Amino acid sequence: MLKTENISYRVNDKLILNGISTVFKPGEFNMILGPNGSGKSTFLKVFSGELQKYNGNVFYNDKKIALSKKEELAKYRAVMSQQPELSFPLMVEEVVMMGRYPHFIFNPNKKDISICNQVIERMNLTSFKERNYLTLSGGEKQRVQYARVLAQIWEKPTTGYRYLFLDEPLNSLDINYQHEFLQIAKEFTNNDTVLVAVMHDINLAIQYADNLLFLKQGQLIAHGKPNEVLSSAIIKDVFNVNATLINNPISGNPLVIFG
Amino acid sequence: MLKKNKFFIPVLIILLVAVLICAIAFGAVSILPSEMFSSLKHFFQGKNPANIYEGVFIQLRLPRVLLCAVTGAILAVSGVLMQGLFRNPIVEPGLVGTSAGAALGASFVFVMAPTFSPAIKSITGPLLVPIVAFIGALLATYIVYALAKNAKRVSIMSLLLIGIAINAVCLSGTGFLSYIARDPQARSITFWNLGTFSGASWQQVFIVGTVAAIIFTFSLRYSKQLNTLLLGEEEAGYLGVDADKLKMRVMLLNTAMVSVATAFVGVISFMGLIVPHVLRLLIDSDNKKLLPASMLLGAMLLVLADMCARLLLAPAEVPIGIITSLVGAPVFIVLLKRFNVLNDKGGYNA
Repeated sequence: MLKTENISYRVNDKLILNGISTVFKPGEFNMILGPNGSGKSTFLKVFSGELQKYNGNVFYNDKKIALSKKEELAKYRAVMSQQPELSFPLMVEEVVMMGRYPHFIFNPNKKDISICNQVIERMNLTSFKERNYLTLSGGEKQRVQYARVLAQIWEKPTTGYRYLFLDEPLNSLDINYQHEFLQIAKEFTNNDTVLVAVMHDINLAIQYADNLLFLKQGQLIAHGKPNEVLSSAIIKDVFNVNATLINNPISGNPLVIFG
Repeated sequence: MLKKNKFFIPVLIILLVAVLICAIAFGAVSILPSEMFSSLKHFFQGKNPANIYEGVFIQLRLPRVLLCAVTGAILAVSGVLMQGLFRNPIVEPGLVGTSAGAALGASFVFVMAPTFSPAIKSITGPLLVPIVAFIGALLATYIVYALAKNAKRVSIMSLLLIGIAINAVCLSGTGFLSYIARDPQARSITFWNLGTFSGASWQQVFIVGTVAAIIFTFSLRYSKQLNTLLLGEEEAGYLGVDADKLKMRVMLLNTAMVSVATAFVGVISFMGLIVPHVLRLLIDSDNKKLLPASMLLGAMLLVLADMCARLLLAPAEVPIGIITSLVGAPVFIVLLKRFNVLNDKGGYNA
């Protein structure tokens, strides 16, 4: 379980996050929605442990994150950031292997290698294994990064939960991969993983999310099941656009039509 | 272009050994393999060299070639470490003030030595120039680092810019010292700035070699963490690496070894830049492979350069820095062009 308690964060007197308290339960797909500059990514960076100078508390399973060592955290918490880039050429295989770095000292053992192979296969990257990462297209790079992130927490830890955080993971992906990414993430929730993603596409979010969390100007507007929190009013409030909600004829979920 | 090749390192080792033997054999006097063996035999038996050839081998040629190999390895490894740390392909040890500081220290000794008290000179003996150069290198690098530090973090951009500024200050200091120097002193400064191995001794081999062995071991231990930095500091953090701590430690190791090597042999440019580049194009940037490969290739290339320095105008010697720059710069440009590094906007492709 992941709990944030009254999280505030400011940069040069500008309040980026304003007293966010919420709980993310394992086994649920949580998605954060909000307009640009609403503090989505900053919030993710706070509860993933990247930012430190915030007010409030973040708990992983009742343990304050500030008290956890970075090396320890890396064994069960993985983060996919927006568009990580590599500064020098590296083989795809090694990029994925980086996900296993927190788990071994110098050389990967058999388990690490087998996990990398499993992830590479699951992501359909087998033919890319020995390619130079820098020669890949934007979408291919993203799939490799996702594979790296998944490899990091591929196995269940012996105690506690896994934590998987995705910051706008679908940016330069084709529609089929968008669904595949979310599908794979969703599979993780079956295994007691705390899963939070920052999303752009509301309808895609509705399709996969168990919970939606709306942020506006650093404040938590709503957090709950799509059916409960979604309304034209909240979309107007958060995004300042007019929207109509209809029933998705296939899934029965709400479908947002803008304008 | 990237290829998995199990034989890469073994091939480099064989080539290095071949180059070492050639470098020992050829020079103002040629030494036959049989003389090398007998000289080594006499040396380990505690006997004096049997003839002039054995003497040249054991007292001059061997320490020189070894010092050269170790220095080449240090400069190349240092290039790998710094490029990895800065995530920037144009960085080399000279950029953070290390070489310029050492040069200023050495120049100071060349010009001001006559005014030093005899006590100092008798304590340090032949190590006076290296000691002051070492202090100069450490000081200059420390100043760059301290000034670039901002709110406990060291940003790469500020480190590079402050490095340029401090380099300029050291350069003008060295310039001023050459200006007030008498002719022979001015020549010493010029030669030191171009690097030379003509003063190599077993004592130097021992000091530089020990430092190199210790620091290489540490560098290899950090190779995994350095790899994560390729993804950026935030990602490295998510993979459990404290980037600030890592940068601090690697900078320290790097400065120590470059300062020691430079203090003895002077400024040798381009090695730290070109060796990592060649290898990044040939293998890839996985530091677990890159570090050992650059040790070998760095050693090999600098020994070759020194051999050229000795043979080109024999029996006179060309300063080695002239060779490394003259050959290194065009090779570097060809590599960049050939592998399209320059075409890619802000990127680095192989």
